Amino acid sequence: MVQQGEVVGAEALRRRQRDIGDPAFAGAVWITAAGAVLTLALLIALLLHDAWPAIRRYGFGFFVHSTWDPVFEQFGAASFIYGTIVTSLIALILAAPIGIAAALFIVEYAPRWLREPVAFSIEMLAAIPSIVYGLWGLFVLVPVMRNGVEPALQAVLGPIPVLNRLVAGPPIGLDLLTGGVILAIMILPTVMAVSREVILAVPDLQREGMFALGATKWEMIRYAVLPYARAGMIGAAMLGLARALGETMAVTLVVGNSTTQIRASLFTPGYTIASAIANQFTEADKAIYFSALMNLALVLLLVALLINLLARLLVFRFVRSPAGVRV
Amino acid sequence: MAGTLVPSVSRDTGSLLARDRHTTMRQVQSAMVAGLIGLAAVIAVGVLWIILGYVIARGLPALNWDFFTKAPKPYGETGGGVAPAIVGSLYMLAVASIIAVPIGVGAAVYLSEFGRGRFATVVRVVVDLLAGLPSIVVGAFVWSLVVRRLVGHYSGIAGSVALAIIMIPITARTVEEILKLVPQALREASLALGVPLWRTVLFVVIPAARGGIITGIVLAMARAGGETAPLLLTTLGNMFFNFNLFQPMAALPLQIYTYASSPYEDWHTKAWGGSLILILLIGILNLVTRLATRGKQVR
Repeated sequence: MVQQGEVVGAEALRRRQRDIGDPAFAGAVWITAAGAVLTLALLIALLLHDAWPAIRRYGFGFFVHSTWDPVFEQFGAASFIYGTIVTSLIALILAAPIGIAAALFIVEYAPRWLREPVAFSIEMLAAIPSIVYGLWGLFVLVPVMRNGVEPALQAVLGPIPVLNRLVAGPPIGLDLLTGGVILAIMILPTVMAVSREVILAVPDLQREGMFALGATKWEMIRYAVLPYARAGMIGAAMLGLARALGETMAVTLVVGNSTTQIRASLFTPGYTIASAIANQFTEADKAIYFSALMNLALVLLLVALLINLLARLLVFRFVRSPAGVRV
Repeated sequence: MAGTLVPSVSRDTGSLLARDRHTTMRQVQSAMVAGLIGLAAVIAVGVLWIILGYVIARGLPALNWDFFTKAPKPYGETGGGVAPAIVGSLYMLAVASIIAVPIGVGAAVYLSEFGRGRFATVVRVVVDLLAGLPSIVVGAFVWSLVVRRLVGHYSGIAGSVALAIIMIPITARTVEEILKLVPQALREASLALGVPLWRTVLFVVIPAARGGIITGIVLAMARAGGETAPLLLTTLGNMFFNFNLFQPMAALPLQIYTYASSPYEDWHTKAWGGSLILILLIGILNLVTRLATRGKQVR
């Protein structure tokens, strides 16, 4: 397939070499496009430059040590990294099944009149600013976690040998678990929207084939839709994960903001990388302190770039040439 | 592979009764999964309405004339409003749009009208990556570039630049999609009449896609308007009215953050009120653009 617009545009451009208007216009839009590329390049370069003093001074130890003490210039980000991973994983575990199921509901189950309202509601969920999630989390979710969910979890998991370490300590509500729950709510629309796209991309012939073999609805989904859409759904979950890793304000308000050591309990108040930057940036009073925070931002940037690239590769490959089980 | 897909149908060679029971079990299983999937949808939609319900119920009592017209009171005092924050947010958003719209639309025009070859692929990937950047990272970058190197202190212009960087990829992506929907015949007709390409794009293609382009810009503004983290690192916030772009400026999301993390009951109420306004603004923008573009394709 030839992309027509490109040919027309390019040929017209070639024919009108002497016309000053076209090259000027092409140059102008090229410059704006280059501006976007330059912005990202400058962003990476500047963060790297600002983080360099911390990188040189702490090296790999920055990621291994968990002592974060600005007074004695001890900067180890291990506990922030741990907090980020734990909250994001909780978010993913909660949001991925619900998001994919909600997408299945919209595409496969919902009557026509219900599709739009459900899809719109979940899109609205994506439009709510993260500070509002934070406010709701702080004044509504935290008390519910402290008084309801966390004691209940302790009652259930308490007697079980290994799992009880996850729920050790006083349930205060401002902790990694609550941070993960609020993140789950926030990444739900991302997971849902992308999953919906990939489920819609499954050809109806697949579905009809399964039904014709006498499959029930669930068997049809299990054997025709899910294998076909698997790569895209993994991509959807990864895009959700990328959003969770970088989310700042909502987590900052509920995660407890404490530089405690790494503990197994999900009831430990902690920091994520993003919330540590947000919370400490305006307090940083030394060059090395700033540099350490910039190093955190750099880590966040590189991880986000990597996950986004991988996820997009998965989703795009799926949309272009779906690799699935063909019935 | 195909043989293993439908074991339940082909394997069963028992009596008719046994097969019926097996079929019933499969149907029960299917119905149970349907129930679970429905439950997940109810949870997803329910969460939205619970959050909206709280924001409306707790935010409404905060809304009064003072809330919209007065500046915040000093720390711990009751009364006052969020007027400087609303003004500051709109001001910074306007400046951000002035920066972001030409770049975003320009990049979109480049991608849709000229975009081929390696550089276009690079631009596409970069736009996607910019869209996926954590907003706090954008804040740290703008702090380093504008706050530290160009202006020297926290300022409204730094906040605008941060919001612009958030708006650019959203604008570029939506506008590119819209421009691609403009029928190729329209471009060919214009070029066949001897209209130069640049005039074709500016006066035929872009006007044809006008509605969609405005939608893309408005959605980008709605998204940037709710951003907090980058503003925290760039404009810092301000309790007073300020129209000087080179001084710290108030913003609604920042004001909500300040109020929410304070220990005062009155300020908590104001945080809910501010959230209600923010959600109303964003919701209205979303709804209006959705209604305006509903069922309408680019002609």
